[in-house]
Amino acid sequence: MLAKISFEYPVTGTLRVKLSGNWQIHAALPAENEVISELASHKEVTEITFDASGVDGWGSGLVSFLFHLIRDCERKNIQVSHQGLPQGVEKLLTLALRVHTRLIPQKVTHAPFLERVGDKALQVGASALTLLDFLGELTVAFGRLISGKAYFRRDEFITIVQKCGANALWLVSLISVLVGIILAFIGAIQLKLFGAQIFVADIVGIAMIRVMGAVMTGIIMSGRTGASFAAELGLMQVNEEIDALKTLGISPVEFLVMPRVLALVIMMPLLTLYADFMGIAGGFFISTSVLDLNPVEYWQHTQSAVRLANLWVGLTHSFVFGIIIAVSGCLRGIKCARSAEALGEATTSAVVSAITSIVIATAIITFICQVLGV
Amino acid sequence: MEANVKPVITVRNLDLSYDDYAVMNNLNFSVKKGEIFIVMGGSGCGKSTLLKVLIGLKEPEKGEVLYDGINFWEQDEPTQQKIMRRFGVLYQGGALWSSFTLGENIALPLQLYSALSPAQIKEVVELKLALVGLSGYADFYPSEISGGMCKRAALARAIALDPDIIFFDEPSAGLDPLSARMLDDLILQLKDTLGATIVVVTHELASIFAVGDNAALLDTETKSVIAIGSPKDLLANSSDPRVIQFLTRGERQATPAGKEFKL
Ligand SMILES: Nc1ncnc2c1ncn2[C@@H]1O[C@H](COP(=O)(O)OP(=O)(O)OP(=O)(O)O)[C@@H](O)[C@H]1O
Ligand SMILES: [Mg+2]
Repeated sequence: MLAKISFEYPVTGTLRVKLSGNWQIHAALPAENEVISELASHKEVTEITFDASGVDGWGSGLVSFLFHLIRDCERKNIQVSHQGLPQGVEKLLTLALRVHTRLIPQKVTHAPFLERVGDKALQVGASALTLLDFLGELTVAFGRLISGKAYFRRDEFITIVQKCGANALWLVSLISVLVGIILAFIGAIQLKLFGAQIFVADIVGIAMIRVMGAVMTGIIMSGRTGASFAAELGLMQVNEEIDALKTLGISPVEFLVMPRVLALVIMMPLLTLYADFMGIAGGFFISTSVLDLNPVEYWQHTQSAVRLANLWVGLTHSFVFGIIIAVSGCLRGIKCARSAEALGEATTSAVVSAITSIVIATAIITFICQVLGV
Repeated sequence: MEANVKPVITVRNLDLSYDDYAVMNNLNFSVKKGEIFIVMGGSGCGKSTLLKVLIGLKEPEKGEVLYDGINFWEQDEPTQQKIMRRFGVLYQGGALWSSFTLGENIALPLQLYSALSPAQIKEVVELKLALVGLSGYADFYPSEISGGMCKRAALARAIALDPDIIFFDEPSAGLDPLSARMLDDLILQLKDTLGATIVVVTHELASIFAVGDNAALLDTETKSVIAIGSPKDLLANSSDPRVIQFLTRGERQATPAGKEFKL
């Protein structure tokens, strides 16, 4: 039977609420307003009593209904008599109606537009400071590393080197070979107009070694290693593992971040060299097989076109990218807030900021090289 | 009078293990309707693992778990789901969903499985929070409140759907004595008012004696239940030194006169 409410007035000023039917939460319940609107139309009521003899099943539905009714009546100074309620209901009500004197901190849910804009602006400033602070700590950690005082686990360092170096080889091979092939094809189409197809070798060689090898490796490593650093450190932050390190007086930057930065700074140039080689190999393969260029001539062209300066420029890129990827991954991880959602945000922003910074850094380095004439 | 109360949960010849690592062998016990049943034992003896099997999250290697005589692991998925909907579970770590506010945490089961309108759900959520002493905290995220408060909020979520079987994994761990006492009271109230059957995993002696109608003591050495009965009876009458030691925190070791002390 459905839950029902009816009203009686045994004496003036007293409202008797008759409850009947099934008041479990799996059944449909009447809205509370029925009683409240009854009260609104009978202003003389000063006391409410209940008759629950017709209730044949109850649960939180009934208790919640009464809980809100009683609190509403308290506000209106209407006496509520708990007599006539099932015993269990009465006990639960007593429990729920205990007065909590504790102060509940106020939550600001919605700030005005200008305030939010201001907050965002301040946040940008604050995050720049956080970054500087973090870089400072990292520098100190490297200082301690050089003076032999840094504390971190060598085994873990080796594992990190392996994870961000050797384990990335397949992905780097695939991408670089394809980039080499793409460069060769695009170059060939244009150069054919001049009958200078052999210069494909120059284009592929210089592009790969000077910038493409480093940029492609950087992007791969941002998605692969940067994200994994952020997730790893972020989870450690969520689990209070980072706090545990701090309590022991171990700097998390020295113990966790420095080995990761070091590993990536060592591995990025190596991976880039490898990517350069694979890219040139891809271009060589396509040029000799599809574009019908002479292998020996192609090789000679590559050798003469690529100067050592190009290699240094490429390696500088990769060194800078290594720092960028490791720092943004670790920084986002360490500053992660304590929730699953925040962990996702940390990982995303680690990748996004790494890739953005890589592109910006490439532009800056290219500009500097232009000015220096390298 | 106890004999004719029907068991709600019956465990028969149950083996617990992780891959090859056996945690418990051949467990047998039953939980009667409307009682508070305590699973106790030292740290790492397999209490949480047992609970995982009881709430249907982990299939046992061997043995049966029956709810009102129905063998859980022999049912098809929808039937299992239906049985599981009768459970309320308080996990050891709270396990509140961190991207939901406390209110949303409690509202989710109600939205899925009750017939209430959104406004009524909001009211029930407020009631549940008030029951655990957290009224006014509906808009807070788990990361913004203390560990003990998380535990209580998790309890509010566990009882959201008025479950008739409630499982508690270490309800009072990490709480101050007064909050722990409050939680014990709340457990007793839930039994009284909702007539729920309650299984509590704990090693807090105060709770064991305060709320336990019956208790089973798990033992790591023998990988089995070494005592079953009401905690007070066990303390008064058990001749097993391991039981006495556990129930007195090792402060009393003596066994009844005339018996050899073995261990
Ligand atoms: N996922 C797992 N894989 C393998 N072994 C596990 C796993 N979880 C727990 N164990 C092992 O099973 C045993 C029982 O663990 P369980 O978590 O059930 O203990 P517990 O009695 O709940 O302990 P506590 O009181 O500390 O919570 C332990 O020895 C533990 O090492
Ligand atoms: Mg446990």
